[in-house]
Amino acid sequence: MSDTALAAKQAKAKELLDEQTRQTVRWHFSDETGCPFWLEKKREFKFDPLKEVNSFEDLKKFPNFEDEWLRGGPIRRWVPKGLADKPVYVFETGGTTGIPKSRMVIEDHWIDYENFSDTLPDEHFPRGSNWLMLGPSGPRRLRLAVEHLAQYRGGICFCVDLDPRWVVKLLKKGDISGVKAYADHVIDQAVTILSAGHDIKCAFATPKLLEALALKLMDKGSSIEESGIKGIFAGGTEFTPQWYRFCREELLGPNVYITPTYGNTLMGLACGKPFDPADNFKITYYAPQPRAVIETVEFNDYNQVVPYGSTGRVKLYTMTKELFVPGFMERDEGEREKPHDKYPWDGISGTRPFHEFAATTTVGVY
Amino acid sequence: MLEIPVIRWGQPYESMEKDKIVHFETGEAVATVNNANAGLIKMDMRKQGKARDILRQFSIDQLCSMAEKAADLYQNATLPLGNGTQSPAEFCRMQSATTGLPEHMCAGNMKKNAYVLRNMRHTLEALTRGLPLEILTKGYGMESRGVMVSYQAQTNVLGMVLPSNSPGVHTLWMPVIPLQIGLVLKPGPQEPWTPYRMYEAFAQAGVPREVFCVYPGGPECGAAVLETCNRAMIFGGIPTVERYHGNPRVQAHGPGFSKILFGDDMVDQWEKYIDLMAESVFANSGRSCISCSGIWASRHTEEIAEALAKRLGPIAPLPMSDPKSPLAAFTVPGAAKAVNAQIEELVKAPGVTEVSAKYRNGDRHVAHERYDFLRPTVIHCTSTEPAIANTEYMFPFVSVVKCEQKDMISKIGGTLVASCLTKDESWSRQLLDATNIDRLNIGEVKTIQLHWMQPHEGNIIDFLFRARAFQNSPPPSH
Repeated sequence: MSDTALAAKQAKAKELLDEQTRQTVRWHFSDETGCPFWLEKKREFKFDPLKEVNSFEDLKKFPNFEDEWLRGGPIRRWVPKGLADKPVYVFETGGTTGIPKSRMVIEDHWIDYENFSDTLPDEHFPRGSNWLMLGPSGPRRLRLAVEHLAQYRGGICFCVDLDPRWVVKLLKKGDISGVKAYADHVIDQAVTILSAGHDIKCAFATPKLLEALALKLMDKGSSIEESGIKGIFAGGTEFTPQWYRFCREELLGPNVYITPTYGNTLMGLACGKPFDPADNFKITYYAPQPRAVIETVEFNDYNQVVPYGSTGRVKLYTMTKELFVPGFMERDEGEREKPHDKYPWDGISGTRPFHEFAATTTVGVY
Repeated sequence: MLEIPVIRWGQPYESMEKDKIVHFETGEAVATVNNANAGLIKMDMRKQGKARDILRQFSIDQLCSMAEKAADLYQNATLPLGNGTQSPAEFCRMQSATTGLPEHMCAGNMKKNAYVLRNMRHTLEALTRGLPLEILTKGYGMESRGVMVSYQAQTNVLGMVLPSNSPGVHTLWMPVIPLQIGLVLKPGPQEPWTPYRMYEAFAQAGVPREVFCVYPGGPECGAAVLETCNRAMIFGGIPTVERYHGNPRVQAHGPGFSKILFGDDMVDQWEKYIDLMAESVFANSGRSCISCSGIWASRHTEEIAEALAKRLGPIAPLPMSDPKSPLAAFTVPGAAKAVNAQIEELVKAPGVTEVSAKYRNGDRHVAHERYDFLRPTVIHCTSTEPAIANTEYMFPFVSVVKCEQKDMISKIGGTLVASCLTKDESWSRQLLDATNIDRLNIGEVKTIQLHWMQPHEGNIIDFLFRARAFQNSPPPSH
């Protein structure tokens, strides 16, 4: 694609982003449609969001979103008045100790995964085929989101029981054999599902669980490919270039497609740039704009985007009718990447735990 | 820039993840090391049976000859290393540059490793108590006394999760290849040098490369080695040792809390043993688990502490290349400061005196921009009660503790090496029976003086092989 054509796509994407910004702010800060949290918060601001937020850049007028605001109730304070009559889900993050952070959701997880579905190649994720969801269950968004993805594509989703909070507890106790036993328990469930004649062709898995499943199948003289799986999207924990390469070259083989994803309960799901040998397994993610945005910002100025190729901290924005997050500092860092033909806005590569937190954070437990 | 690959059953592998290991003084990169990932290790370990099959194509005697040749290559040859080469002098310089150990100590450890390799036949003869070695290969055989014996290998490979701070530990895995067991090495982040040089020396001496894996990488690589090797060793602190306590697959090596114990019959001649005590505390900059961290006696403890402090207290850091450089540097940011603060807190306990301070002419903690030193420290304890009476740090540190002889064995706790100065037969018998002492020296032996024909923290033969019953004809009727 020529630079001019890409520039035109970028300009169009920016127009859509500005429009999404205006609509979202209007929705969340209007007395008729906004949620109690933001309407209350509006009184503290020295600006009027309804008048003074006209572009994405204007979101910098808001203070950074503090994820602590999501801890504890009442959860209804996050439900926009404009959606008050809808059934509400609540999804949690964290929570090994203390009160978890909660996000209320109505249909965002469906919309996010329907949009994501549009990026999946049908030849590797055949429509109508059944899915395996090999990730956390319980009060997590992933389980219902992946299930909806399967249904949206005409399939049925088979799930496992997996409680990551228990795994974190075992790790904190230093109970390595307990962690191994729990991982075996989860993988055994997956192997049983795959062996039960359910015609499963697609899967979501975290990198660690996919690795464990593939090795377990090899121990049984089989493989992911032989089990019938053709396409996998993976995420939920750190997905490194080395693991990507190992996965493609050794774990899965050439006939199983895998695509990395990056996301969380607040933002939704960022897609990986389609695999290109020229990238040398570098993984670049693009947020689902205009519903969510990823910026890579300076470590000492969260309102300043780093130059392309430079390292910075991940800053997330969510702008849907259900949730407004005007800049949340994620616990990750990475390198800012240029727009891509398929995703004509900034991306991020090399995502990894933010170096200031890395030493004290338990990551990638499942 | 020197670039070191992952080794997968002898094949070099370039990873997408590389770490630079840097000179501790300047921060300048010394080499780039390719990192493995856990899944890759688990994948490779599915083929571990092949390593033992390959090694059993040679006799143990042939492998001992290769080990002898490897000793010379390791000690004297310029060997390939990644995309470059490394001479013995470069080995010492690089090891010193990344670990903070003075170069002459690196050379000393090199000599020790080569000695063990060169004397492999004697070592195996000693560790197997004279067992005909083909029995280990074949699995069974008749001893000269007419008894059928059988030894079954418990693993095809030994996994080693190695530390960065103590190049002396490598002697422990030297006998593994001659015992026809493959080697899976996860080097310490700052000390890839010995594993790679030893791998190359073995290979050049004729050992097939396919029996070696070397996996630099993060903690998940160590965990993968421990998970997939049926026998593995790991080095770490007390939590590591406690975590693997009772796990027959993992031998965890931690602090030694090694000590010198004076018997009442010899303590009045303590002055004769000042050299023995000082060298036990000070050798290898006090970094080894066999370095003495406690000297226990029923009397004269004040004089012993004073004499040791006078000897060790004035010692100060010198450049790493100085042949007399006495102290290793702390290269992990904040580690020396934390240890120093802990000692300062512990010496406040009743009955505790730091005796070395007055001889040091400066602070214990010598801080530089990128590294630190801790200068030798001698503590006196009037009883066994203070916490500092039985502790160990990674620098020349010793507590001289007053304790009645009759209480010593029960109060010293777990002790890797106890050098006991006594001729008291009754007490010697009690020392021999004390299960909390691993290596026991009764006589004028420094704690750091190991005879490599003796087992260390368990006999590696017993760790790798299981003695079991085997019969190929009915036993005599009875």
